[in-house]
Amino acid sequence: MTAPAPLAVQMTGISKSFGGIRALDSVDFEVRAGEVHALLGGNGAGKSTILKVLNGVHVPDEGDIVVAGTPLTTHTPEASRAAGIAMNFQEMSLVPTLTVAQNVFLTREARDARGLIDDADSVRRAREIFDMLQVQVDPEALVGDLGAGQKQLTEIAKAISQKARVLILDEPSTALAVSDVERLFTFLRKLKAEGVAIVYVSHRMDEIARIADRATILRDGKHVITAPLSELPIDTMIEHIVGKRSKGLADVVRGEVSRGDVLLELSHVTGPHKPEDVSLTLHRGEVLGLAGLLGSGRSALARVIAGVEPAVAGEIRIKGRKVAIRRPSDAISEGVALVPEARATQGIIPAQSVADNMAMAVIGRISPRGIVDRGRVRALADQMIGRLSIKTASRDNAVSTLSGGNQQKVVIGKWLATEPEILILDEPTAGIDIGSKSEIIRLVRDLAQAGKGVIIISSELSELLTACDRILVMADGRAHQLLDRADLDDPAEADPEHALQAAERRLQVEIQKALTTKEAVHG
Amino acid sequence: MANAATAPAGGFFANWRQNIIYIGFVVIFLVFALTLNDKGFLNPNNLLNIVRQTAMIAVMAVAMTFVLSAGEIDLSVGAVAGLATVTVAMAIAVAGPVGGILAGLATGLAVGMFNGWLTTKIGIPSFLTTLAMMGIAKGVAMWVSDTAAVPILSPGYSWVFGGGSVGPIPVLLFWIALIAGVGHVALRRSGFGRRVLATGGGETAARYSGIDTASIKFRVLVLSSCAAALAGMLYAGRLQSGRFQLGEGDELSVIAAAVLGGTSLFGGKGTVIGTIVGALMIGLINNGLILMGLEFSQQLIARGGIIILAVALSQKRA
Repeated sequence: MTAPAPLAVQMTGISKSFGGIRALDSVDFEVRAGEVHALLGGNGAGKSTILKVLNGVHVPDEGDIVVAGTPLTTHTPEASRAAGIAMNFQEMSLVPTLTVAQNVFLTREARDARGLIDDADSVRRAREIFDMLQVQVDPEALVGDLGAGQKQLTEIAKAISQKARVLILDEPSTALAVSDVERLFTFLRKLKAEGVAIVYVSHRMDEIARIADRATILRDGKHVITAPLSELPIDTMIEHIVGKRSKGLADVVRGEVSRGDVLLELSHVTGPHKPEDVSLTLHRGEVLGLAGLLGSGRSALARVIAGVEPAVAGEIRIKGRKVAIRRPSDAISEGVALVPEARATQGIIPAQSVADNMAMAVIGRISPRGIVDRGRVRALADQMIGRLSIKTASRDNAVSTLSGGNQQKVVIGKWLATEPEILILDEPTAGIDIGSKSEIIRLVRDLAQAGKGVIIISSELSELLTACDRILVMADGRAHQLLDRADLDDPAEADPEHALQAAERRLQVEIQKALTTKEAVHG
Repeated sequence: MANAATAPAGGFFANWRQNIIYIGFVVIFLVFALTLNDKGFLNPNNLLNIVRQTAMIAVMAVAMTFVLSAGEIDLSVGAVAGLATVTVAMAIAVAGPVGGILAGLATGLAVGMFNGWLTTKIGIPSFLTTLAMMGIAKGVAMWVSDTAAVPILSPGYSWVFGGGSVGPIPVLLFWIALIAGVGHVALRRSGFGRRVLATGGGETAARYSGIDTASIKFRVLVLSSCAAALAGMLYAGRLQSGRFQLGEGDELSVIAAAVLGGTSLFGGKGTVIGTIVGALMIGLINNGLILMGLEFSQQLIARGGIIILAVALSQKRA
């Protein structure tokens, strides 16, 4: 580029406080037309807040916004959209009772000659978008019936269907397989060439490195740096994001594996939809990872074990004893806890306090004679806030006021309160910053060390590789291969960062292989 | 017509739970036809009577479908209908039929805007706003009419609003068809209807999508009060008088008609055609139970039981 392109967005001196907490402190943020601009920062850095200000959901306390040379004076979603700003929302801006196509084109429906809504046309156009991204989403399905990944894809389709001047993508890749991300990038490069300004938020540094031209990093509600990506190697980025200490995944020590007795044993377990005929064992002191793409049956397997979708065939044994898990309470009383995938809907009650959320799964235990013992609720909450280092102004704050990573810790705390022996974590680090990620992985290792059995599902392979002792590769609802973590390491590689990358490549190959294998291979 | 919103893939009977209202309607009709034929159930006059008795409920229930779909509720419709009968009758006495119609519509607009303002600007849940309005509307109606019936001496007005018929077909049937047709297209195919369904289905999501959800709620509450006022005008025309008791207790039948028809009390899901069939079904049951010669007490019990059965059958099993 010779001369800098005109500014698509110019935000100056933006401040925003929520109940005394300064979420944004005089932040400047500029995006040029025709660039992909990465917005980076840890939990509570203010990324979501500044994007919501730009998008009109939040009204800034101070500061000016200029979009393509025109000041934005009204701060409503309608005004921002009229100015050409489109965004996908991490917390699902989808109406569950409408279909995918109806959601994608909500308020922008195609009209027929009489001015009436033409849903058939919306379906056709939605299908075109999904075809272009080469992902499988049924435009006529009700959004409420979709899994989290498909909802994310719908969100992305909704954002990119708007032909916006400024396209904001908040964590678009959490729902995408690696190959799908590449297709999204191809599309984004095309938009970029057309002069669209793209703001890209992701916690995956490798993606940022591939797609972004410049990056802005926020920390604690303040602007840290804006620079071309060529001047920001990954180490430097992480340094700016987390402050002084670097908390990369490679630093997490896996520690000694001291595999104990068999805790959980599944033989030929089949769920109502998925999984199919899965057998596995989980030992005390072990972390077992479930790897696979979206729809491979990882979450379905977790739901079977936790009794959300009880098994229709097969046998589940816990500590050698055959158990019947027909509903979540059966699983809880057998010492199984599931930290579910969609934390906003399945994990927390956002409007209730941190303490009340923590106590939710153990209300019976802390309510002698039917009266909830407030003292024990407070003690439990304080203990968990300390143990998981949850950042909250107080235990009485509503969970909705916490950042994503801290909300996730609340969910984990809630389930740890049940004192489970088997803990299942479904995408525990989706949408949270790398610092909190490492903390959660470390916590998982500590729990295993303390004699629990942990099953962890993650789409981020580096995370699985860091956390797990064994990894089960799944595809199409079936278990394909059980890999020992140690076998994925190259003993010749000394640098932990490189070793992790090499192991990630190998695991990637195994997942791809599983897709092409027709017959199931039982590990 | 693209009815994909409410009818996922599969045949009519594959989704029998969703279509239970239509199946139930036919079943109940057949049962009454077989058992009550000798008592004149199938007599055209009796069937048209059912239409006459259900028209006001149906009109209010169509608007209620929008209110419920937007995730709100309006408990004041019965009382507003009663108030409208009084204001219409009094206005006709001094200003003639046109003045009466304007007075009726003004009553609906005024009450609806007040309900909407309290709900969206002051932030009182519509359940409470309209519960209070139920008492206020009834009180005002009693007060201005001095609790006496106000006669309507305009045959033209009475013919158009509920009393007349074209050949054997009561004018009320045309009103039902008109309101149902407009309501169905508006809910399914208009931008307003889609915004109503989005607001009730997920308010935050709707707001993030650029929908002014407060304005949608305001408008459905105005719509509901105006429909209630229209129902009041029909009551007044049919009975050639305005009295505060008219429409009393209708809110429950109206809500029952919409819910029977498949509209969700929790918002996001509604069907006008279902609502109309729900209203007719309630009328049908009332009529059949009377012809059976049941005591009023027995009618109440039987009617409650049938409604519970219908709604229970329509629930998805976990």
